[in-house]
Amino acid sequence: MTIKYLGSILADGMPANFTKFFVEPVSVGFPSPANDYLESPIDLNQYLIKNGAATFLVRVSGDSMLDANIADQAILIIDRSLNPKHGSIVVASLDGDFVCKRLQLKPRLCLLPENSKYEPIYIQHGQDLDIMGTVTAVINKFE
Amino acid sequence: MKLLALVDCDNFYASCERIFRPDLKEIPIVVLSNNDGCVIARSKEAKAMGIKMGVPWFKVKKAYLAQGGKVFSSNFALYGDLSKRVMNILDGMVKKIEVYSIDEAFLDLQHIQNSNQAYEFGVYCRNTICQWVGIPVRIGIAPTKTLTKVASHIAKNKNNGTGVCCLNNQEHVAHILKTLPIKEIWGVGHNLSKKLNQLGTYSAYDLMQMDIRFIRKKFSVVLERTIRELRGEQCIQIEDHFEPKKQIVVSRSFRGRIKNLSELKPLISNFAVRAGEKLRYEKQKCSQVSAFISTSRFNKQLQYRGFNSFQFPCPVDDTRSILMGANKALNTIFKKGYPYAKAGILLSHFSHPTVIQQSLFEVADQKYLKQDTNLMQTIDALNSTQTQIYYASQRPAGLSPIQKEMVSPKYTTNWQELPTAK
Repeated sequence: MTIKYLGSILADGMPANFTKFFVEPVSVGFPSPANDYLESPIDLNQYLIKNGAATFLVRVSGDSMLDANIADQAILIIDRSLNPKHGSIVVASLDGDFVCKRLQLKPRLCLLPENSKYEPIYIQHGQDLDIMGTVTAVINKFE
Repeated sequence: MKLLALVDCDNFYASCERIFRPDLKEIPIVVLSNNDGCVIARSKEAKAMGIKMGVPWFKVKKAYLAQGGKVFSSNFALYGDLSKRVMNILDGMVKKIEVYSIDEAFLDLQHIQNSNQAYEFGVYCRNTICQWVGIPVRIGIAPTKTLTKVASHIAKNKNNGTGVCCLNNQEHVAHILKTLPIKEIWGVGHNLSKKLNQLGTYSAYDLMQMDIRFIRKKFSVVLERTIRELRGEQCIQIEDHFEPKKQIVVSRSFRGRIKNLSELKPLISNFAVRAGEKLRYEKQKCSQVSAFISTSRFNKQLQYRGFNSFQFPCPVDDTRSILMGANKALNTIFKKGYPYAKAGILLSHFSHPTVIQQSLFEVADQKYLKQDTNLMQTIDALNSTQTQIYYASQRPAGLSPIQKEMVSPKYTTNWQELPTAK
């Protein structure tokens, strides 16, 4: 009989580079039937955020947008890369404060609240209105 | 034709502070260093008031605030997040980008055919970043990195409204370089410009005209490269791969002055512990630890600076070894009778932990050199939670010495600190 030396094996009985080919333990039970269908869990960011670099979160204070489903303390998702249109809900800076309102461009430039308790804000000549970005979604938490 | 661009954020930290503070439009803003020691960023209004870069806050505080200026402690959580956004946007626009610092990046404009297109790209780039993030940037475009720095300099000073400058015409470049003092050139320091001045070289144009062989002989290859770059020959490439850090520094200026070694030691220990954490985070090991201490540079009577290093026989990342080395270094530089204003720790001579160079005397060394990777991993994991583990030589009470009295909210990285809208 001749003996041919093929190489040494590691202490745990398996050459190291073999192990990586087994995705699950070999000898234990029936393989999970879901194994071939593994997907990553649902990611809310993927649903809510299109352009991460241009997206900011802002917390709402007050109920002036209640009829647009924006409650007090809701979180707004704002995309600065979208150009605000007539009818968009926007976050704008007005006289040094951030406000969240619906943007009206015609017939007259105006920020509309969505709550009958509040008056529309007409932008006066010479008044500063900077639009920070368009609100693309709102997160209201119930509990 | 090959063009490069340098994108540089205007007054970056001050611009960051303004994004979420619409009430501060056109109000002067300054940002202070850690411990609120010096001014490290100024809005253009603050610059116009004559606030100089690096000036100690206490010297300008009274007059600045009296004139209605606004001041912030540094908020690196905010600056880091906004910087990442700017770099991400740029990364999406070009094939190759080199993030040069928190507020600067070089771009390779290989997709661009001519100067007009390059200029239009610059304007587009600037408008996009301004709309998407709210940070104003200026853009210098030229055939070499050194010339993009010049172009950026012009875009800043010329105030032509667009914030974009394209330097691609040789006559135009020559004309600009004639008015540019040598010390403004990228990579030419104060000392070097003095030496060159003695040779009768004052403007960037003068330097560009010098004989390259003479420069290489009398100065260095580095300066030769600068000259070639000024002439439009690309010598410094865009580095888009990650360069590991070469050293780690943890240092602080003190609020009060420290005179005793017994007071200084726990602080140095705090710095060494923090430096060790950073070292392991970077997955590096160091072979040298240095300590430095200095008096205030404003105290003209009592001036002293001490610096000394301790070499390890083999690379370590164990905080206990770093502490031991730091203390030995500190003992050699400490001098009695001086009021110390600043101290720090520097780790250097790195090697990757997997490449361990065995020292000849390793066995003997291990008696005093401690290296336990598992222990360090455990401590790092614990310290990242509520539980905190301290080393005996530290002074936990003095551990939060960073004074940040006027720090703004972490608007973009903390749920509790989001901006609000009515």
